[in-house]
Amino acid sequence: MTASLALDGLSVGFPTGALGDPRIVSAVDGVSFTVASGEIFGLVGESGCGKSTLANAIMGLLPTSTIITGSARVHDAEVIGLSDAALRQMRGNTAAMVFQDASTSLDPTWPVGDQIAETIRAHQSVTRSEAKEKALALMTEVGLTDPSERYGDAPHRLSGGMRQRIVIAAALANNPKLLIADEPTTALDVTLQAQILQLIDRLRVAHNTAVLLITHDLGVIAQVCDRVGVMYAGQLVEVAPVAELFANPRHPYTRALLAARPGAQSGAERLAVIPGQVPDLSEEIAGCRFASRCPRRIDACAVTPARVSLGDSEVACWNLPTGGTE
Amino acid sequence: MTALLEVDGLTKTFAAGGPPWRRRFVHALTEVSFALEAGRTLGVVGESGSGKSTLGRCLLALSTPDAGSIRFDGADLGSLSRSGLADFRRRVQPVFQDPYASLDPRWSVGRSVREALDVFRIGSTLDREQRVRELFDRVGLNPELAERMPRQLSGGQRQRVGIAAALATEPQLIVADEPVSALDVSVQAQILNLFRDLQRDLGVAAVFITHDLSVVEHISHDIAVMHLGRLVEFGRASEVLARPQHPYTRSLLAAVPPAIPTRTHPHN
Amino acid sequence: MISQSITATAIVLAKSAPRRRHRLPVTTTVGVALLALLILAAIAAPLLSGHNPETVETARVMGAPNALHPFGSDVLGRDVLSRVLFGLRVSLLVALSSVAVATLIAVPLGLIAGYFGGWLDSLISRSLDMLLVLPALLLAITLIAIVGPGSTVAALAIAIIYLPILARVMRTSTLVVSRQEYVLGSRSRGASAWRILSSHVAPNAIGPVIVQASVLSGFALQLEAALSFLGLGTQPPTPSLGGMLADGRDVLTQAPWVEIYPGLAIALAVVAFSLLGDGLRRALDPTGVAS
Repeated sequence: MTASLALDGLSVGFPTGALGDPRIVSAVDGVSFTVASGEIFGLVGESGCGKSTLANAIMGLLPTSTIITGSARVHDAEVIGLSDAALRQMRGNTAAMVFQDASTSLDPTWPVGDQIAETIRAHQSVTRSEAKEKALALMTEVGLTDPSERYGDAPHRLSGGMRQRIVIAAALANNPKLLIADEPTTALDVTLQAQILQLIDRLRVAHNTAVLLITHDLGVIAQVCDRVGVMYAGQLVEVAPVAELFANPRHPYTRALLAARPGAQSGAERLAVIPGQVPDLSEEIAGCRFASRCPRRIDACAVTPARVSLGDSEVACWNLPTGGTE
Repeated sequence: MTALLEVDGLTKTFAAGGPPWRRRFVHALTEVSFALEAGRTLGVVGESGSGKSTLGRCLLALSTPDAGSIRFDGADLGSLSRSGLADFRRRVQPVFQDPYASLDPRWSVGRSVREALDVFRIGSTLDREQRVRELFDRVGLNPELAERMPRQLSGGQRQRVGIAAALATEPQLIVADEPVSALDVSVQAQILNLFRDLQRDLGVAAVFITHDLSVVEHISHDIAVMHLGRLVEFGRASEVLARPQHPYTRSLLAAVPPAIPTRTHPHN
Repeated sequence: MISQSITATAIVLAKSAPRRRHRLPVTTTVGVALLALLILAAIAAPLLSGHNPETVETARVMGAPNALHPFGSDVLGRDVLSRVLFGLRVSLLVALSSVAVATLIAVPLGLIAGYFGGWLDSLISRSLDMLLVLPALLLAITLIAIVGPGSTVAALAIAIIYLPILARVMRTSTLVVSRQEYVLGSRSRGASAWRILSSHVAPNAIGPVIVQASVLSGFALQLEAALSFLGLGTQPPTPSLGGMLADGRDVLTQAPWVEIYPGLAIALAVVAFSLLGDGLRRALDPTGVAS
């Protein structure tokens, strides 16, 4: 099985600070994982953990002042350091992205159908009518009833769920090898969320697309993902098959995150909390970034932990608990 | 025992654009009735457009219903005198969703907490300062943070400040509109714990408006399910969640993401 | 656990707080410096010029710039430098006072219209719209035709022209701030409308108005010059930048300095005001864009 996305030691730093006191915010730090074609890989973490920055780095959407090191290969082609022209060639073609807010990712003045057709014509040599035909087929595929009726509608005439379907149709227009979905359902109600997730699930099977699904919601992860990566303060702390992650969370942060969900332990008076705050990423942090809040901290944590394999899981921790959930 | 809050036949309609002769209307609330006893927490659940936020605004007397009545401690909100309304405002306090928008960016967070005390001229200046320190302590914040500006605090800390501000006048009812939905899971857990503590220690009643059923389950004694402006189901939380009667409640429960993975055969 | 969290927070804040400082871009610094220079020059005009701007010196008619008269002399032999300095004085005074008057009236109008809405809003907004639809210059000329020319009338006309613009900015900004949860919170905490407007809404809504007022000050200066150019603003022999442009127009080829220096003064003032406005926009954002 070939990897549609392979990250190796990907790091992203944002220059910041005042003149005479330059600093670098280390937003992503040495992240490595692969996503196979036809697989949904969930990337979960809290705000500021670097999950969206990671996605933007892969798509080449970060400002030019950003310092990116390491490697990101999409369908066996390196994408870090590509020229603008090469990035444009990649975006919407081999790799496509779906953002959280469908109402701002569509041009409000354009008919929605034309926006899909536009994406097709940008990468394929087809006539206008062929592009329109393909767009209509895509609209049917993402479950819009009456596509020819909807084709000429402006985005504001559609509901939030329909708009997100249009965005997904546009993303899939050129059969990308990789689809990155950044919080695609966060703005939607639960019933719509379930529908959109089912749609993404169905499409990746039909097109054999690799999906990188970025979310803060462990429920979304549980619903559709095959494997999961957990990020904390820019570092990937655990990668595991989804069932394994929920049944046997290994990293102390993963455990804390799972325990903090309401309903995690039924009938519990109080929810488990994580003491302390996420560290300031513009400061130099040696070793494991979770150490300052970790109940299992030992001296070795001052050195960045190596990833170790435990069954199907890979965990970056020096002091792994043995056995199941505490 | 009489209820602390009695809502009866509450109806509210908004004009939703269109020319005057063909104006379209949104029925935000239609004939909503329920009662809440002192010290209990009611979870109001619904999706966007269900009218749950309009209900919250009516309960805070920020919005006037077109029909129906809200009785707080036996007194009808619609017929309150000026001083009666002031008294109501002191006893019913809001907590809002967005910890970034619910504090004046130009005010120190301590001043925001003190606002209600200043408005109602409760105690001397010194008493108020003392009370603000107590309130910060009460919600688990270091009182020294009172001098800081909102932008210097994290989202979770701001929401604690918002709760401290709501507690300043020792209210009997708190109306909280999505107070944890903008927060990360681990921060959300801290705020939900705080709400549990307040329920237990202060006996304050709460209307907790949210779209998140797992939050409601954790925090509420009673649940009201809203759909398109109507209250479709009301009852004890355990009862409603275990045996939902209305089809909409059932579909809502079915759509909730699972707590553990549902996929038995991962795709290869 | 909570106390632990507080300690950790305090540490994070102690570290990050002192690093937060407003760094204004170079262009803003240039704008502020330029404006300060122009205002200082206008105030100190009698000290700097060394000549009476109204003294006619027949021997120096259209005299080229020299050491004694660095900007040369005009058609009546008057010193151009002193006329520019004194003209700048009048122009800045008219521009700033007209915008100040407009702002002082616009802010309460916009606040009331935006916060209370309903018929009050309709009344205020429609009345201001009526002012807005009239062409600016035509409005000024009509007013001057009725009252008679002069710098005070010009200032008043300019104030009337900018009043609806500023009031509209204030109204929009008030609408946005009024919807913020802290205003709702204040209302539900029983604060009076006056208290909410003065302590929450006005301080948070006024930023865009100040920015707009700063930019409009530059345009007001231009407008004053235009009116004086047409002979409707500041009346001779009082020097004014617009009047000087009118004087210099006929001798542009023989004595370009008569035209160039007042023109340059106007241009510099407009640029300074607009750079200032741009800087204010950044500085007045309480949330701090970058963080």
